[in-house]
Amino acid sequence: MEITDEKLIELKERANNIRISLIGALITAGSGHTAGPLDMADIFTVLFFHTLKHNPKKPDWPERDRLVLSNGHICPVLYSTMAHAGYFPIEELKTLRKFGSRLQGHPHRDFLPMLETSSGPLGSGLSQAVGMALADKIDHGLTNQRRIYALLSDGELECGQSWEAAMLAGKEKLQNLTAVVDRNNIQIDGYTEDVMPLESLSDKWRAWNWHVIEIDGHNIEEIADAFETAKAIFGKPTVIIAHTIAGKGVPEFERDYRWHGKPPNKEEGEIAIKELRTLGGKIKSEHQ
Amino acid sequence: MLNPNLKLNEKMFDEKVDQVPIRQGFGEGLLKAGEENLAVVGLCADLTESTRMNLFAEKFPNRFIQVGVAEQNLASVASGLATMGKIPFISSYAMFSPGRNWEQIRTTICYNNRPVKIVGSHAGISVGPDGGTHQAIEDMAITRVIPRMVVLSPCDAIEAKKATLASVDTGTPVYLRLAREKTPIMTTEATPFKIGEAQIFWHPPAGGENPKVGIIATGALLHKALLAAKELDLPAGRQGKIEIEVMNLSTVKPLDEKALIMLAKKTGRIVTVEEHQIRGGMGSAVSECLAKNYPVPMEFIGVDDQFGQSGTPEELIEHYGMGTRDIIKAVNKILRR
Repeated sequence: MEITDEKLIELKERANNIRISLIGALITAGSGHTAGPLDMADIFTVLFFHTLKHNPKKPDWPERDRLVLSNGHICPVLYSTMAHAGYFPIEELKTLRKFGSRLQGHPHRDFLPMLETSSGPLGSGLSQAVGMALADKIDHGLTNQRRIYALLSDGELECGQSWEAAMLAGKEKLQNLTAVVDRNNIQIDGYTEDVMPLESLSDKWRAWNWHVIEIDGHNIEEIADAFETAKAIFGKPTVIIAHTIAGKGVPEFERDYRWHGKPPNKEEGEIAIKELRTLGGKIKSEHQ
Repeated sequence: MLNPNLKLNEKMFDEKVDQVPIRQGFGEGLLKAGEENLAVVGLCADLTESTRMNLFAEKFPNRFIQVGVAEQNLASVASGLATMGKIPFISSYAMFSPGRNWEQIRTTICYNNRPVKIVGSHAGISVGPDGGTHQAIEDMAITRVIPRMVVLSPCDAIEAKKATLASVDTGTPVYLRLAREKTPIMTTEATPFKIGEAQIFWHPPAGGENPKVGIIATGALLHKALLAAKELDLPAGRQGKIEIEVMNLSTVKPLDEKALIMLAKKTGRIVTVEEHQIRGGMGSAVSECLAKNYPVPMEFIGVDDQFGQSGTPEELIEHYGMGTRDIIKAVNKILRR
């Protein structure tokens, strides 16, 4: 499905609003992760407003595509996107990480049943997505239309289990499975290539019989095209290695691993929201 | 005497008693479950024949998934299958699943509330010659501590088959504990089985004395507990005949608290018997219940904070203090307390 010019403008605006909302949620929460949610906002936007077969008014619609967020710590972007898509009120984002909130610090289905999985401990989301894809393969063979999406961080590819799952998906030729790796090059302790080098990442996936697509994770059209291409790949799962800028959208946060696991304080958050509202100063009329 | 209401195997004390590995009962149960319910799927981590999942795999190749030596993946892939409505049984040696993949079981299965059935074969010290690395004696502790988990430890192959079939419909995660070696058949097809219900296998004859000690056993060691009760029932001993009641506690979680409290009230003394670490195992679970509801003196038969080693099952059971003699000793000790 091609993206029209109007759609492109709409998606860019939505991604920006999703970023603004998640920063707001993080300020109120007082803890949580900033860099990953910001850099995945464009991919979440394309998924929820273009690619995914889903119905926010009927979250348990059986025919829906399945989305597994493996690195649960970036849930501010998941929650923000879900709210903007109409799963729950945007106002509710202010309850993030608060006692009794449906928006737990890491996603938990007991509190928010519309989530496909609870997640947090890294490295197990791809396995769960592989299980979902296998279930459809058992029931429908190669004729199955539904797609299973797994969103992964680059750092969690240091977990051996990620590769256990990759091996099985390649062996089972799970063409109904698309994984996305957020290649933002950072993790808690530093830059991935210092903590534990992952390159050559694409070769690793290819070795397990995956089709690999590398994209600019902030280019809406490239993102949408990659998801479309994945649907056309026969006999292999697809991984989209999305090159992203950690903290994307707020220059003060960008490329700095120290923003992996902390929220902005009120002042930093307000600067960030202003940056986003004015698109980095491009819009001069922003109310001071 | 054996409880006549349970239709137990009357030949269980014969020298030539039928002996079948408990895991065989699982294999047959899963095959039947697969025939009855199309949602049942099987996953294995390179131990298909050892765990007897091969019976299912051969009959339903399309519903069997070989994941290779990857137990963490085993658990989480099963969680994903369950998300889509499947009822997955995952099998490996207990040491590796739930041993190696405990966090995946906690998060992706139990925290996610997915009805995956974790089948740990080769549990207990009686795994034998393979040695301590392969003898899972911590598995009940690490599974019963997880919310939502049901923990089953059948006493023989027939009960294991029934436990497997009963697991299908619980809607919860289940840990099913199996053993490798051949062990005596104590139950029959006609013996009732229900998850969560403890059963008194041995009690004094009607009109006889009140039992003085209650023995609670789980798994194949139940046979040794029954042998001990039978021996203590003979008037020949130094202190004469000691009336015993023996309970089969095959559901370690959720506990049949009512039955445990009733046994404690009736006997005033409890000995627990399990092929597992004493710390954290079935005896600990029983003591948690009784300490709160009806405290009585207890003795614990099990492995006392050690690892296993190579040997024959019988040698190891004796060495680590879980034989019939040890059970009788524990009964005598508790009577002196």
